[in-house]
Amino acid sequence: MNHDFANETGGAPGVSHQFRLFIAGSSPRSARARANLVRVCDETVPDDYSIDVVDVQEQPDLAEEFSVLATPLVVRLAPPPSRRAVGDFTDLQRLAAAMDLYRLPQEESTT
Amino acid sequence: MNAQSTSPSTIVKVPTGHPGLDQILRGGMPIGRTTLVSGTAGSGKTIFALQFLIGGIRDHDEAAVFVTCEETPDSIRENAASLGFAIVGHEQERKWTFVDATYDPGVEEEVVGAFDFAALIARIEHAVRTTGATRVAIDSLGALMTRYEDAYTVRREMLRVSNALRTLGVTSILTNERGVEHGEIGRFGVEEYVCDNVLILRNTLDEESRRRTLEVLKMRGVDHLTGEFPVTILPNQGLVVITLEGSALNAESSTVRIHSGLEALDEMCNGGMFRDSVSLVSGATGTGKTLLVTEFIDGGASQGERSLIFSFEESRFQLFRNAAGWGRDFETLEASGALRVEAIYPEMRSLEDHLVAIMNAVDEYQPTRIAIDSLSALERISTERSFREFLIGLTSFIKHRQIAALMTATARTLLGGESLTEAHISTLTDMIMLLRYVEMGGEIRRGFAVLKLRGSTHDKRIHEFTVDGTGMNLRGPFRGVTGILSGSPQSVAEASPDLEIVAQMFDPDGGPTS
Repeated sequence: MNHDFANETGGAPGVSHQFRLFIAGSSPRSARARANLVRVCDETVPDDYSIDVVDVQEQPDLAEEFSVLATPLVVRLAPPPSRRAVGDFTDLQRLAAAMDLYRLPQEESTT
Repeated sequence: MNAQSTSPSTIVKVPTGHPGLDQILRGGMPIGRTTLVSGTAGSGKTIFALQFLIGGIRDHDEAAVFVTCEETPDSIRENAASLGFAIVGHEQERKWTFVDATYDPGVEEEVVGAFDFAALIARIEHAVRTTGATRVAIDSLGALMTRYEDAYTVRREMLRVSNALRTLGVTSILTNERGVEHGEIGRFGVEEYVCDNVLILRNTLDEESRRRTLEVLKMRGVDHLTGEFPVTILPNQGLVVITLEGSALNAESSTVRIHSGLEALDEMCNGGMFRDSVSLVSGATGTGKTLLVTEFIDGGASQGERSLIFSFEESRFQLFRNAAGWGRDFETLEASGALRVEAIYPEMRSLEDHLVAIMNAVDEYQPTRIAIDSLSALERISTERSFREFLIGLTSFIKHRQIAALMTATARTLLGGESLTEAHISTLTDMIMLLRYVEMGGEIRRGFAVLKLRGSTHDKRIHEFTVDGTGMNLRGPFRGVTGILSGSPQSVAEASPDLEIVAQMFDPDGGPTS
């Protein structure tokens, strides 16, 4: 899988927001979900996030571990608590709300 | 050119793990197809799915994948264990794999835009490929789909899941809830189109008693029996579909005669009962039905036969005491292994469970004679329809096993009369005997008649009998009396000696007159 996102550092410890995006293959829906997630992150937590993209068809074990049924699915791994949203995230406002990305990152404790 | 193409009409079937259903489907379910099992809450869908997979593992060493969407794997393991299925053991052998698709209320998952079930499908595919599974069950489709609001997506994804299973080449079962017993197949209205086949499990309330059934609604390309079949759920067996074993009408009829237990009765029957006959003895309370059963069993024992008694009215002790009163030692007979007595209150189990218990006992003990005392006691606990199904199931089973059966039925009135039991069973039986009180000259006497005997001539006269410490003593026919069967016997003028002579001219043996 080509994890070709500039900000994606695969769970780097340096950032306070870590996401895992489960997608299925290279469908337009997968691409849309990725792009929308990146847009929301860039607008709310620029340079302070990482997105680990997992293709469920290549890594079904991870899908199993995270009990993933529907794709695309984004899981917020950090900060806690874990949050999840399903869909292609065409509604950016709702995605931001689901991921609790209203406030600036400094206000969130990063442990 | 390769001429080796299999005919498209040849459908390979796999046993379903439900012997009864395999009979209905004449062999099993078509391989590689998807089957929807729809039913209301408590109709046994999960158990059905479990048995489908367990049957594959046990009987054909086929690995299985169970996608659970409602109960957690732990709860499934526990429930399965109570039915005698050791899932944990199969998991260790890599024959059983869970895909846990249960809803975790601690995990909120907001839906933002369009989605699909690619992840679930990838997980199922992964489980199938790594274990080489050939059977998959999803329990249940409804629990999975109702988590998502978008009806269009849900329908599309149902189809996607079903197609994925077909592409994998696995034989699969998808269970699904329905709200009412006789309405739509499922709540999304498309379930039946998504799968190749549809089975319906029902759990209805019929005259205050639960009645479970299974119906094959649609089975593409498979010739199957139609209609609802009774189903029961038993502790160590799970769900049992009750069908007619073989076909009673195709069962070979035996011409072998057996000793009825009474020499005089054998004579009335022109040589005894038939080996595979189902006989009914009907009479009012106290006329001697259980006595006739005792004679029947004793007659078998005298020929070295093994007998099984299902007593629904009297306890084992009462049965033995009665037999002793008629000079028969059943206790010793049982100790010698030639007799087995199952005494149970009819109310202890449903009629379907009784039938399965009788079948199990027959399979286990392998008797050549069986007595059921009495059918009326069983009739008491069931609805008319269940009772009829029970009788058909029982008689066809007995005939198939070439067992001689004697069943008793209690007539409702002391004098004459007919019971409901008789009305149901008379066409299913090969022989009907009547025991009647006869009031003559201010005295109660007892009469015995063979009303019907299939495949043979028989003595049609009503004989008198007495009971003493040696059992039942059949005497000669009543003379000079008419109307015994109707319950109001009347003396008729003694036949004149001349008429007697005429009668004997047509009946030289003084015996059978048919």
